Amino acid sequence: MASTARRDAPEPPDFGILKRLARDQLIYLLEQLPGRKDLFIEPDLMSPLDRIANVSVLKHEVDKLYRVENRPAPSTSDQLCFLVRPRVRTMRYIADIVNADKMSGRSRKYKIIFSPQKFYACEMVLEEEGVFGDVTCDEWSFYLLPLDEDIISMELPEFFRDYFLEGDHRWINSVARALQLLNSLYGPFSRVYGIGRCAKMSYELWRDLEEESENDGQGRKPEIGNIFLMDRDMDYVTALCSQVVYEGLVDDTFRIKCGSVDFGPEVTSSDKSIKVLLNAQDKIFSQIRNEHFSSVFGFLSQKSRNLQAQYDRRQGMDIKQMKNFVSQELKGLKQEHRLLSLHIGACESIMKKKTKQDFQEMIKVEHALLEGFDIRESTSFIEEHIDRQVSPIESLRLMCLLSITENGLIPKDYRSLKTQYLQSYGPEHLLTFHNLKRIGLLTEQAAGETLTAVESRVSKLVTDRAAGKITDAFNSLAKKSNFRAISKKLSLIPRVDGEYNLKMPPDMAYVFSGAYTPLSCKIVEQVLERRGWQGLEEVVRLLNGNEFAMADGAPEDGAGGDAQRVVVAVFLGGCTFSEIAALRFLGKERGCRFIFLTTAITSSARMMEAMAEAKA
Amino acid sequence: MDCYTANWNPLGEEAFYRKFELYTMEWGLKEDLRDCLVAAAPYGGPIALLKNNARKEKSPSTRPLLEIYSASGLLLASIPWKSGQLVQLGWTASEDLLCIQEDGTVLIYNLFCEFKRHFSMGNEVLQNHVLEAKVFHTEYGTGVAILTGAHRFSLTTNIDDLKLRRMPEVPGLQKPPSCWAVLTQDRVTIVLLAVGQDLYLLDNTSCSVVTPPGMSPSAGAYLQMAVSFNYRCLALFTDTGYIWMGLATLKDKLCEFNSTIRSPPKQMVWCTRPRSRQRAVVVAWDRQLMVAGDSTECIRAGLQPPATFFPRALSGRHRFVLDEDSYLVPEPDGVRILSRTSHEFLHEIPEASQEIFKIASMAPGALLLEAQKEYEKESQKADEYLREIKDQKLLPEAVSQCIEAAGYEHEPETQKSLLRAASFGKCFIDKFPPESFVRMCQDLRVLNSIRDYQIGIPLTFTQYKRLTVEVLLDRLVLRRLYPLAIRICEYLRLPEIQGVSRILAHWACYKVQQKDKSDEEVAYAINQKLGDTPGISYSEIAARAYDCGRTELAIKLLEYEPRSGEQVPLLLKMKRSKLALSKAIESGDTDLVYTVVLHLKNELNRGTFFMTLQNQPVALSLYRQFCKHQERETLKDLYNQDDNHQELGNFHVHSSYSEKRIEGRVGALQNAVDEYYKAKNEFAAKATEDQIKLLRLQRHLQEDFDKPYLDLSLHNTVSTLIQDGHHKKAEQLYRDFKIPDKRYWWLKISALATRGDWEEMEKFSKSKKSPIGYLPFVEIAVKHHNRYEAKKYAPRVTPEQRVKAFILVGDLEQAADAAIEHKNEAEMNLVLSKCSAATDSAVMEKLNRARAQLLKK
Repeated sequence: MASTARRDAPEPPDFGILKRLARDQLIYLLEQLPGRKDLFIEPDLMSPLDRIANVSVLKHEVDKLYRVENRPAPSTSDQLCFLVRPRVRTMRYIADIVNADKMSGRSRKYKIIFSPQKFYACEMVLEEEGVFGDVTCDEWSFYLLPLDEDIISMELPEFFRDYFLEGDHRWINSVARALQLLNSLYGPFSRVYGIGRCAKMSYELWRDLEEESENDGQGRKPEIGNIFLMDRDMDYVTALCSQVVYEGLVDDTFRIKCGSVDFGPEVTSSDKSIKVLLNAQDKIFSQIRNEHFSSVFGFLSQKSRNLQAQYDRRQGMDIKQMKNFVSQELKGLKQEHRLLSLHIGACESIMKKKTKQDFQEMIKVEHALLEGFDIRESTSFIEEHIDRQVSPIESLRLMCLLSITENGLIPKDYRSLKTQYLQSYGPEHLLTFHNLKRIGLLTEQAAGETLTAVESRVSKLVTDRAAGKITDAFNSLAKKSNFRAISKKLSLIPRVDGEYNLKMPPDMAYVFSGAYTPLSCKIVEQVLERRGWQGLEEVVRLLNGNEFAMADGAPEDGAGGDAQRVVVAVFLGGCTFSEIAALRFLGKERGCRFIFLTTAITSSARMMEAMAEAKA
Repeated sequence: MDCYTANWNPLGEEAFYRKFELYTMEWGLKEDLRDCLVAAAPYGGPIALLKNNARKEKSPSTRPLLEIYSASGLLLASIPWKSGQLVQLGWTASEDLLCIQEDGTVLIYNLFCEFKRHFSMGNEVLQNHVLEAKVFHTEYGTGVAILTGAHRFSLTTNIDDLKLRRMPEVPGLQKPPSCWAVLTQDRVTIVLLAVGQDLYLLDNTSCSVVTPPGMSPSAGAYLQMAVSFNYRCLALFTDTGYIWMGLATLKDKLCEFNSTIRSPPKQMVWCTRPRSRQRAVVVAWDRQLMVAGDSTECIRAGLQPPATFFPRALSGRHRFVLDEDSYLVPEPDGVRILSRTSHEFLHEIPEASQEIFKIASMAPGALLLEAQKEYEKESQKADEYLREIKDQKLLPEAVSQCIEAAGYEHEPETQKSLLRAASFGKCFIDKFPPESFVRMCQDLRVLNSIRDYQIGIPLTFTQYKRLTVEVLLDRLVLRRLYPLAIRICEYLRLPEIQGVSRILAHWACYKVQQKDKSDEEVAYAINQKLGDTPGISYSEIAARAYDCGRTELAIKLLEYEPRSGEQVPLLLKMKRSKLALSKAIESGDTDLVYTVVLHLKNELNRGTFFMTLQNQPVALSLYRQFCKHQERETLKDLYNQDDNHQELGNFHVHSSYSEKRIEGRVGALQNAVDEYYKAKNEFAAKATEDQIKLLRLQRHLQEDFDKPYLDLSLHNTVSTLIQDGHHKKAEQLYRDFKIPDKRYWWLKISALATRGDWEEMEKFSKSKKSPIGYLPFVEIAVKHHNRYEAKKYAPRVTPEQRVKAFILVGDLEQAADAAIEHKNEAEMNLVLSKCSAATDSAVMEKLNRARAQLLKK
């Protein structure tokens, strides 16, 4: 690095308090329904719950635990408590239970605990189903789940589809409340940056909440100084690329769920699956998670040699030394050994899947798309990919990547690829395509009549006072991705002479084998460097604006201590492990610490699945 | 100053009582007070008078007149009384006037005679009438107790939370009790009544006879009773002129007094000071007033005697002049005496004042006052006095005494001289904390300003402290004295939200009722004054405007409300739903949007409702989301309304999934096709038509081959057919659905390989030239571990891919040959990397040679 001494990144704040707060509130809420009761839990709250409380907490006067699912409940308790997400579907499930009880003349107490908050629509449904008077409602404000020392998730995967596809603003309120919570515990944040409509709305709502609460955090020493909010639709490209850093690959291959992964028999080389927590506590994982996959294997074999050497020290030991060894080191070594073998197993499994010719070619095509050459060949590759039914999600992903890098497909390709896709994977995907068009992921290059019509409609709304807050569902139609222009403007494709050094990477592009610097991370880097959006006007225009920057009595350079070097990067609509790795890298380079706050961890597959129209 | 103690009257050894004039009443009252119904609110509150209430006269010219005066006798409002016969007037704790009618109805007016509401004391009263009524104040609020014609008591402890309680019957009560009072003990409200010589206690459930301890057996029948302001003490007056004073619990006697006056008194009230050991009652007859306490003597006032001043030592009988018909108003620290011409205050002299002003007092405060006076006269005596106090080390006490005493004085001159003395004394003390002095100056300034007869609130210092400044401000606001209230807030530097903002908000609420000004003027005036003052709720003011029927003004005011969340409910109430909707959207609170949407849904007809939503994308999205899960049919209507054929098409496709029967599915899909055509989305229409075609075909296949084909994609359908050996059928689909050649070849060879039908595959490979080349044949055979078959196709692979093909089938020699033939170093390296030294040395050698040759050139 340059002559300026590189500063170590500050330690992240302790987010354990978030878990404690959530746990205590849950216990309190459960106590609000005194006496024995059965607890029904929404399936996707299970894992988050698991991360903050153990069963003994849940067993707080709780007799039996059930999952909320589409089956009648066999519960015999006189008190039922439901721990749910605020969804219409779930409300009907509960209403059915209550109504069934009524029919059979059974009287029980029902309590619904909404997490993270209650929505009026839910009450509306309860009312329409005629059970509103029979249930009591509470809110469990469990907005933030720390997944790791630097990752906080809201665990709201539906945010992506609800907001970006359906234009549903419900969750913005939750985001604002989450920000308020974070600000009250670790703030006040002195600098706020953001880009995207949702980011702006969330920010404004958060501001309003802060004003109403009149709870000024003055006098407290902030632990976090900066916050950066970004909408997922600012950068779909990065999320659509195949991940090649280890953590991203593990996620793409095995699906990391709520910070832990189930390694199947092919990894554990036994007939059991093993659930492994993946975080900074895992000494092996923490060293390889951000590495490019090509360096991981080398590292692991080196590690296993070291481990062997440590074991081998036993040979020359006398009894006393041996006793020491067994009592002090052996346990650690064994633990390390276990983890090492798991990760080696995982690597092998990934290798088996990924090092095939197909994968190499796919990466090649992706790089070609990112750089914008050989479009025809790439298109044929995608066509063949579809024809051979390689994978519905992968095919879709490649189509979207093609569309978004090219500002839409040319009409001929658009039709033929879709036809091929429907023939391969079933006609129900007609609706999926419609969704992808609406969200702007898979579009047709046409400056036709329809576009201008929508545009004029949007501009009519802009005259309205509320326009700043309107996200028109149609808006995405009118929005061009402009990827090529942005890429040029921000030099996202690194020009390297010779081999890109993946072992000692020079920049964030390493997370995509040196072929592409993730756009989202680049924006963060640029804005933090410039302390605002000056000089980025053109990029902002290409991204469709809605940028903002606010400095509230921010201390000047140097002052303000470590907090000024801690940045919360908020991803509205999800962020990928590649982006996390890239920003962690940036943080190390710049001596600052990134904290990731996301509505959920996402990946290309998750995004595509969110767009698919369920058949039922 | 010498005659400062002139109006002091001793009672017993220690106590002095004085009576001084608060105001000369300028109300020009012609009637005698005894002919009116009178009610004066405690804490220097307003006075209500009902004139001509006499029952007999019913001529219209003498219709009863209800008048409300300030304590200084300024008329605040008056109305002719048109409702029923009134039995009693009384004030609530928040200075509302209660008018209790004979029929049990209680009407509530504010102090400007504006009707607020009414309630009833129960149906029973309708026939029996109310004989007597009393208004009382407890920690629960203001209560009303009535005695009905049937000699039963009913009461409510809080008129704002009306719960009527009918008290138990008093056995054998045939005539109204001679006197009664409401007591509260341990938060229970009870009634004490006297019939002849008996006392009865009525609680919630029972009636019991009680005897006060130490009551003289020859006392006689009870005529009058009085409860002290704090409900702690009780006084009883009997027809022998005997007065019993004791605790209200009737457990202890405090003292007794024999007045020797046998006629029933008109009023009897307690006159005590908080924290004073002295207990005294004031008893009023028509022309006589007496203060009686724990002493054999008493203080009397009558009509006849001319003298107004009795030297203290002269006689045991001291009198207050009472030359007019008077009315007593109990206060927590004394008694106010109202008459036609004056308004006076009678109280026990507080200790601090006594110490300072008592004749020949040597108390430190008294000396300090003297010292200061001498100092002003520039006399050296000042020093002597000061020395005397300092010698006793009592200077701080002296200062405190002067400060305290200043609070008890009504005359600004006296206040000033005491404060001057305090300030003088302070100079000689190190670090005397200034707060008490400053505080007192401020308080007196506030008190003097509200005692002004224009304002007319004669609060004493003690009352003011009990009332608190907040309540005082409320009272000023009630009297619409906004400027004074604001000045007090500013003077006392009260926080804006509790002080100025609150008063401004009240002012604004009053302002919106001014009907003579236009909406614009009022809104502008309000905004000018209020601006962005913190703690102001424009929506509350707007709500008030709406209540007065000024909707337009309300909307204008709401514009100033910064929190949209506050605007919405009122807008809905005012039926401005569309405005409410845009405000809700602006707020970013989706719950609020839902509230409005649901409201609109019920309020508007469906068409208008949908139209409204169309212009509000955010609301539309939210409603759509809701419909998707809860009422799918509405969703269809929503799209129909908007001629959104694309979405309608999608809708039908979606509903086709839930159809069990094929016909149903086809029907739904056919609908979708129609809609897609209307939407000019030919692609979707064609795709859906294809799906219908496929569905029908799959049904036939299912019937023909007895195998599930439904819901397979076209690709999988054809693939399954081939795997099952129905090649003809597959061919037919390939043609019917115009499956591209490439796809068909991929599909067919992988299906054949899965089936293991290598013969058919070979036949197929020779049917015509493969559009996908022959490498896939090799790959697929290898994938199915059939090297033998794979080898058949390797030579047919195009030269560029041949090396790869040979490597795949494991024929390294041929691969090497091909690579050498191509003179391609990369390919050679690739082959080399696959070779193992043990078995393929010949090939390696060949390759290395070729490579070396290549490099040489």
